[in-house]
Amino acid sequence: MAEVNLSAALAALADNERQIQIEAKDIRELFRKLEERYPGLEPVLKNDVAVAIDGVIYRDNWSKELPDDAEIFLMRRLTGG
Amino acid sequence: MSFDAKYKAQDYNSVGTRPVRPDGVDKVTGRARYGADFNMPGQLVGRVLRSPHAHARIVSIDTSGAERLKGVKAVVTAADLPDLTNGDQTLFDILDNCMARSKAFYDGHAVAAVAAVDAKTAREALKRIEVEYEVLPHVIDVDEAVKPSAPVLRDDVFTGGVEPKPQTPSNIANRSEFGHGDVDEGFAEADVIVERSFRTEQTHQGYIEPHACVASMNPDGTADMWVCTQGHFVYRQNCADLLGLDVSKLRVTSSEIGGGFGGKTHVWMEPVALALSRKAGRPVKIVMSRNEVFRASGPTSATSIDVKIGAKKDGTITAAQATLRYSCGPYEDIWGEFGAKTSFACYGLKNVKSVGYEVLVNRPKAAAYRAPSAPMAAFAVESTIDELAQKIGLDSIEFRIKNAAKEGTRSSYGPVYGPIGIGPTLEAAQNHPHMKAPLGKNQGRGMACGFWFNFGGQTCTDLNIGSDGTATLAVGTVDVGGARASLSLVAAEELGIPYENVRAVVADTASLGYNDMTDGSRGTFSSSMATISAARNAVKVLRERAALTWDIPVEDVIWEDGCAKATDKKHGNLPPLTIADIAETAGKTGGPIAGHSELVADGAGVSFATHICDVEVDPETGATKILRYTVIQDAGKAVHPDYVEGQYQGGAAQGIGWALNEEYIYGEDGRLQNPGFLDYRIPVCSDLPMIDTQILEIPNPNHPYGVRGVGETSIVPPLAAIANAVSNAAGVRMTHIPMSPPRILAALEGESEG
Repeated sequence: MAEVNLSAALAALADNERQIQIEAKDIRELFRKLEERYPGLEPVLKNDVAVAIDGVIYRDNWSKELPDDAEIFLMRRLTGG
Repeated sequence: MSFDAKYKAQDYNSVGTRPVRPDGVDKVTGRARYGADFNMPGQLVGRVLRSPHAHARIVSIDTSGAERLKGVKAVVTAADLPDLTNGDQTLFDILDNCMARSKAFYDGHAVAAVAAVDAKTAREALKRIEVEYEVLPHVIDVDEAVKPSAPVLRDDVFTGGVEPKPQTPSNIANRSEFGHGDVDEGFAEADVIVERSFRTEQTHQGYIEPHACVASMNPDGTADMWVCTQGHFVYRQNCADLLGLDVSKLRVTSSEIGGGFGGKTHVWMEPVALALSRKAGRPVKIVMSRNEVFRASGPTSATSIDVKIGAKKDGTITAAQATLRYSCGPYEDIWGEFGAKTSFACYGLKNVKSVGYEVLVNRPKAAAYRAPSAPMAAFAVESTIDELAQKIGLDSIEFRIKNAAKEGTRSSYGPVYGPIGIGPTLEAAQNHPHMKAPLGKNQGRGMACGFWFNFGGQTCTDLNIGSDGTATLAVGTVDVGGARASLSLVAAEELGIPYENVRAVVADTASLGYNDMTDGSRGTFSSSMATISAARNAVKVLRERAALTWDIPVEDVIWEDGCAKATDKKHGNLPPLTIADIAETAGKTGGPIAGHSELVADGAGVSFATHICDVEVDPETGATKILRYTVIQDAGKAVHPDYVEGQYQGGAAQGIGWALNEEYIYGEDGRLQNPGFLDYRIPVCSDLPMIDTQILEIPNPNHPYGVRGVGETSIVPPLAAIANAVSNAAGVRMTHIPMSPPRILAALEGESEG
């Protein structure tokens, strides 16, 4: 069971929930379950969200596995220079 | 992605050496082809007409005079670039920035463009385009723009991130907040509190090469573009989306790049060149002038930042908060959010809160500039940290070490850190001889830390073995700082062949799968991972071919020192087969030998740096001279140490210019007053000392060689390090960047009067 933390902007699309418990084996499943539970998140999850798993940020690798009891943070996708 | 990117310790033969870069001779002899060096038969000259007004409604545009001029082959306006963005606001903003639609939002905003047989005709044609403007009140300053009395740029922008949702439009496009704990409680526990307001002015990335492209559209819907860019696949996607083209029918070739630093990460005039070519039926070349580069491309945000930090007498920070207002130009972006995220990322804080605002102003669309938004936030926070250390009576490095984030710290932007490198950079600074060197009269020393996220991304690479055993490496990330040399070293390492036997090229968009652009310090991190993967795939084929040649199982063949070797004694004393031996007979053992890789390089890991700076301030003139500068940063593994050092030095040099001289200066009319390198002064060699570097190598667990990105973090600490040094030298806290001579004199006079 992963504890998923949402930034304030994302929480606004998820019934203002900042912390959500979700059983998911990887980022893809996590996103699918989040979309099912909070349809408002669906547009941003497609390409505007990065996932920090135990402090390491993943932007694109939706196959990244979520370790048991991992700390998950969803934040806006990063850009750089 | 099946590639295992986990770090494995190993000894290196090629990686870590410093051979000459393959593109070096061409660049110093003038043979290298930059964006403006490409030409096509029959090409036309494209020129862009730009708004002279900071804010104006476009009432009408009459292009008939230009169209009647002999030699003019096409004229385009927004009508020729219809909105195909399908509700994608980010893409629409790029379109509107390429060619203004109902309003011109800044001095230099494109309103029309022509293609003519020569430059003289094109210039004359621009004069014959009649634009009727209804001039509107404008706002340039970020603090003025947030006032209720400010002219509102956009009637479709309502402040996001606040409840309840506003009913009236605003120049504050969005609010974002990060942090944890209770800052009020934390400040109540503090023995000493420092609270300051800071400002930084807008700067340009200052790339030496202006934007340039040649676009050629054919009647059958195919098109080609040669362009100076940090990401030709991204430019292809942008242009295809904006012009309604099939992505695969537009082939984009990137030129050599004379600097980008974030300013060449999305399109500016490239879709206009394609639209002109579509209308004229001939290739069109557009090269921006320096004036256009300054007025209409890529500056970073101007900022206004309030910081408050409290600490106990023992040096423990009890609370920290910041409010950060970042100008975005006329389009919403996430620059204030990045400032808020990065502001306190260096520290382990019990109570922290940072709030970022995206502010719309009548300036050009802001673009990323190397670790976007982090340098300004670091300037404000690290200045306050320094002042707080002085008030408590602690050494500035000891104070930072005491409060530095470490493994297990909850970062100010949310996640808990894994293993991170700020501690080692601070300890290296503490032990560096620079910190103990004596200082003279009017001299001061400053230091500061910096943080940036780094990331990887989509990457695709081909490695082909030639018939003589040499290798060609085709990558899709543009080489902005020596990547071809670094990636050749990686291929040589994996194949076991000399560096000189590898040639790396940046392939066009028709030759490789999609690659994200070279940004986020990802070029060498991502493409080296893909190169290792491609080379290992090629080695698998080489082993198979050796096994065929020897007629033994492939499991009995290993790859070592550039040769296939049979391992089992039952195969007798087979002499090794070199890569050249295997390549020579490839046509008879199965055909060409190649390795391919497509992957998502994620897990780049966050990055930290610590800088030390000595300055001398002339109290008569207010001029500052940088006496000594040291950069300490973790590279994970320096593939080509020269180019790692180059990134460290380049970031410091740009930061020195930003800290001391560079700024956009606007007149009362909202027009940019200094759009050229004479009046917008970037540092030249005589302004800079030799910038010393210290590369730390703490392996990144998510890369086979432990590589980290190094391109951006080096620009984060300089503003703060120099401000701390100048403040220590002048005896007065500097709170406004750039610290130009007039500002330093004013601060000195204010101090003596106060």
